[in-house]
Amino acid sequence: MERPVAAPVGTSVPRVDGVAKVTGRARYLDDLDAPNAWHGATVRSKVPHGVLEAIEFDPAFDWSRVVVATADDVPGENVITMLEDDQPALVKIGASVMHVDEPIALIAAPTRALAFEALKHVTLKITHLPTVFTIDDSLAVTTALYKTDNVFKKFLIRKGHDDDAQLEAGFAGAALVIEGSYYTSPQEQMYIETQAMMAEWRDDDARCFIVGSMQCPFYVHKAMKRLLGLDADHVVITQSVTGGGFGGKEEYPSMLAAHVSILAKKAKRAVKMVYDRDEDIAATTKRHPCRTHHRMAVDAAGKILAIDIDVIMDGGAYLTLSPVVLSRGVLHAAGPYKCPVTRVRGRVVATNHPPHGAFRGFGAPQTTFAYERQMQKLAIARGEDPLALRSRLALRSGDTTSTSQLLGFSVGTDEVIGAIQSCAGPWPEPDGVAANGTPIKRGRGVCFYFHGAGFTGSGEQRLAGRAEVAVTTDGRFEVRSSSSDMGQGSITMFAQIAATGLGVGVGAIHVVDPSTSKVPDSGPTVASRTCMVVGSLVDQGARKVKQRLDAWAGENGMAGRPLLEIAKARGALGELAEMVQYAPPPGIEWDDATYTGSAYPVYGWGACLVDVSVDLDSYEVTIDRCVQAIDVGKAINPNIVKGQIEGGTLQALGWAVLENIVYKDGRVANANMTNCIVPTFADAPELETILVECPYPFGPGGAKGVGEIPMDGPAAAVANAVENALGIAFDSLPISPEAVRAALRRS
Amino acid sequence: MKVTLDVNGAVHSIEVSPWKRLLDVLREDLRLTGTKEGCGEGECGACTVMLDGEAVNSCLVAVGQCDARTITTVEGLAKGEVLHAVQRALVACGGAQCGICTPGIAVCAAHVVDRGLIVGRDDASARALVRELLAGNICRCTGYQLIVDAIITAAREVAR
Amino acid sequence: MTSYLRPRSLEEATVARAAYPDWMVLAGGTDLMVNANHKPTPEGILDLWRLGELGFIRVEDTAIVIGAGTTWHEVERHPAIRDKLLPLALAAREIGALQIQARGTLGGNVGTSSPVGDSLPVLLALDATIEVASVRGHRTIPYHAYCTGYRKTQLAADELIVAAHLPLPSPTTRTTWRKVGTRRAQSISKVMGAAAIMLDGDTVTGARVALGAVADRPIRITEVELAVAGLPLAQAADAARAAMRGAIKPIDDVRSTADYRRDVAENLVARFFTS
Repeated sequence: MERPVAAPVGTSVPRVDGVAKVTGRARYLDDLDAPNAWHGATVRSKVPHGVLEAIEFDPAFDWSRVVVATADDVPGENVITMLEDDQPALVKIGASVMHVDEPIALIAAPTRALAFEALKHVTLKITHLPTVFTIDDSLAVTTALYKTDNVFKKFLIRKGHDDDAQLEAGFAGAALVIEGSYYTSPQEQMYIETQAMMAEWRDDDARCFIVGSMQCPFYVHKAMKRLLGLDADHVVITQSVTGGGFGGKEEYPSMLAAHVSILAKKAKRAVKMVYDRDEDIAATTKRHPCRTHHRMAVDAAGKILAIDIDVIMDGGAYLTLSPVVLSRGVLHAAGPYKCPVTRVRGRVVATNHPPHGAFRGFGAPQTTFAYERQMQKLAIARGEDPLALRSRLALRSGDTTSTSQLLGFSVGTDEVIGAIQSCAGPWPEPDGVAANGTPIKRGRGVCFYFHGAGFTGSGEQRLAGRAEVAVTTDGRFEVRSSSSDMGQGSITMFAQIAATGLGVGVGAIHVVDPSTSKVPDSGPTVASRTCMVVGSLVDQGARKVKQRLDAWAGENGMAGRPLLEIAKARGALGELAEMVQYAPPPGIEWDDATYTGSAYPVYGWGACLVDVSVDLDSYEVTIDRCVQAIDVGKAINPNIVKGQIEGGTLQALGWAVLENIVYKDGRVANANMTNCIVPTFADAPELETILVECPYPFGPGGAKGVGEIPMDGPAAAVANAVENALGIAFDSLPISPEAVRAALRRS
Repeated sequence: MKVTLDVNGAVHSIEVSPWKRLLDVLREDLRLTGTKEGCGEGECGACTVMLDGEAVNSCLVAVGQCDARTITTVEGLAKGEVLHAVQRALVACGGAQCGICTPGIAVCAAHVVDRGLIVGRDDASARALVRELLAGNICRCTGYQLIVDAIITAAREVAR
Repeated sequence: MTSYLRPRSLEEATVARAAYPDWMVLAGGTDLMVNANHKPTPEGILDLWRLGELGFIRVEDTAIVIGAGTTWHEVERHPAIRDKLLPLALAAREIGALQIQARGTLGGNVGTSSPVGDSLPVLLALDATIEVASVRGHRTIPYHAYCTGYRKTQLAADELIVAAHLPLPSPTTRTTWRKVGTRRAQSISKVMGAAAIMLDGDTVTGARVALGAVADRPIRITEVELAVAGLPLAQAADAARAAMRGAIKPIDDVRSTADYRRDVAENLVARFFTS
């Protein structure tokens, strides 16, 4: 008898890697057996801007015990390939140092302690240059860091008007103009496994094998081909079990891969690098700090006439992924609201901070904070119920977004707002006394938001991601993709999708560990695309394999036999595999020149309610309640989806009230876990999560993205709740006790 | 110095600097890599083990101090293939995501559950106490909700 | 190679301390072991962890004596401390979290005397005396005189901390405590404080008010203590608040600002007299 489909799509099967993780058997990079591997360490610039004149090695230190590498040891081109070739793997003598954590030289030693000891015996001679640490200084070009204007990238989106004069005409008839400037702070991903990578050269130094903690094996692969001067077959990148990413392991792993592979080549042995927490916080990418100016014209009936937005992000010292982050930021900046005339301008500028980069939400949380603060101000100005106002103005099927994208299917506006409305309950009592006798003020805030799933515009088409479902020669079912599981549960989700497509149990599916030598390039594990885009490829692949097996069974007298039996018989004759490549759904048109059209194939929709209390002695904001209703299309595994939403929600609540990166002269001044704080169990409220399912016709089972959306909304909901409690507007993050005190003092 | 440790019921005698962190001895000398390092400063709890029955951060313990003492790591929670109630509940409730903090959480939660620290409370106060007792273990993936669910589930099961 | 000694008695410990004054005195390690893998290797370790003579809580007629090796976990759950010295139990419960409370000791907090040591304002408010020992004998030092500067104390190079003696507050003394940290748990204090308010009916006859994280060491606020003495309790909060102005000079650092610390310290001290 065929085993029943034990856990089809839509059921909460336990994670397939759950037991390995709770028993400590799961092997992360630093757990792998590598008895002969040496340990790498990085000499960093410590100067925010300058020219590297010399690297001096203390003659009193015994350098024969270690291996040293500099820019001269880079086998290929000294560049970390991303969008532009501006960031070197190691700064060479005579070249510019652009931030304090710029890698200059590398040391490998038999022990970690010796490698770190050797670091102390390297002295850098760097000529200092003027520095730029603020957006304003960068725009004023007090010093040119990038081209002549310091602008890495700019965007302009126009809807319903052709020029600035027409835009201003849109504001002319306004009964009310809501205008404000909003600031969101940099944020550390704080994955609990720090960045970790190991490299080894084999076959007489012809092939380099790199294994490590990463989101995107093929990003690393692409970067290493150029850096090492090797073709695709001579670089193999394998993802080890990865202890969290949240965007932080999208781009920086290429830097570590470069460093361990350079060292391994020189040391003629495996070399691994595992960052200490302080180094990880200081040197790797964080969420872009962002300033958004938002201006909104409303008529007497409360309809939005025009919106004008200017987004400026601090990109840090190199371009890296900043243009793409800015793109997502501006595409979400006008929010999920009806508006005939919209202008969105965006710029990301160069500073001497370490490069800012990908973090869950990827620019959207920054601009969502701004527009949802604006909606709160509009509700207050009009004396309207904040949720009813959002419902009244929200986009629905048949409306167009700021890029003039006509929305059709899978618009969850009414469902998510309705879900929040129905569970909201009574408004919290404004005044109270805490258990310790301290007076408190209470308030409630809501927000409504959306998040485009998958790559922007024609990105998915350009990527043309592929995934494969196969019957191996020993009759097993394999799913092969480069989508990495860094905790989201994607291997379980893929197993469920494949099992459902094939009609077998989840246990019969083996999801292959991503390695560039074993899996096709499915595109990076980013942008809430893994389930919706790659999951769909797996779904199609599984169904094709099933068809072929059934057909084969019919031709070979096995019709009606259990599929596992058929697979065993068919597999014995040779592997049967179905590779599926992404094809855009019909109706997706995007113009990169004007930034108009279908910015995303589909959007997720979210609404959030937050109740807070503010302690009037300590000025601390406590999140008493947080409800998120999120439209995910279809929850392939509801429990895993819930975990994703709750994790993203708490990161957003942390960003709202307690997380921050404190820069001092371009250096992270709070680079340890004691001072760069994230919420603990005790800081987190009981999280209420409502899954809404408005199916996306082209996603597996109707699924669309879920990874990022929960991060977008809650920070604004918190700010709105604090404003409700205190009657004071909070337009900057974090809403720290220090910020609350200062605001109360001013008022 | 020579240090003798009882780890998960097995006695190990090793020659080691007394200053070496227990965490490193477990991972390097004994190759028990289930215990993780997340910060090296006693903030994240990923390295939590039990030392003479108390949950401690192994990154803050000099191994010399462990001579003739008893240590339980995540590898010692299960009895053979039978998982500890906390481990079973973490899998069932979805309390492990990326999993790097999970060994520390499993050890700390097993301590809390086995000591009966949350028995005899109503659901709300039990959940609040779990949040206080586990506050030394940082998780960045889950939002903690499903971990609290798991610990409450395990505590109920053990109490029965 | 680091030497290591685990004395079996206090006497053995003091002899070793005298012989090896440069060795690290280690108990729970929650401070000294932070980033230990990147610290210089100590010449030797004098391990006081679980030394029997330092691990006790003794309830006497007029005081509770707490051995230096007592962990915060033991302090927090001790019935007599919860009953008579509640602020100390509350402070213990807010030091780090479970793992830190299982290892951190009273002696460690006193020995380091960091401005953010969470138990230290309580020791000041409860007028604790520190007992120390060496081969030269035992002596006691009032805690308010013990800490002499930023992480500087009166402890001599050959001395070890034995215990804290905490006199039992009179039945008419109200004691209180509050910590404001960077977050709800596992946090470093931005401001914390404790008070013992002696009452005769509704009149404040005297008070000891102490704060942490607002100066280079934990401090008593004598301006407040003088201002409230003799006042009706109903007027004490305002007087305390007024007396706080200019009484402390906190600093800006990576965790908070001087302005915030000054305001919150004021609020906390005023609240001690109303709650």
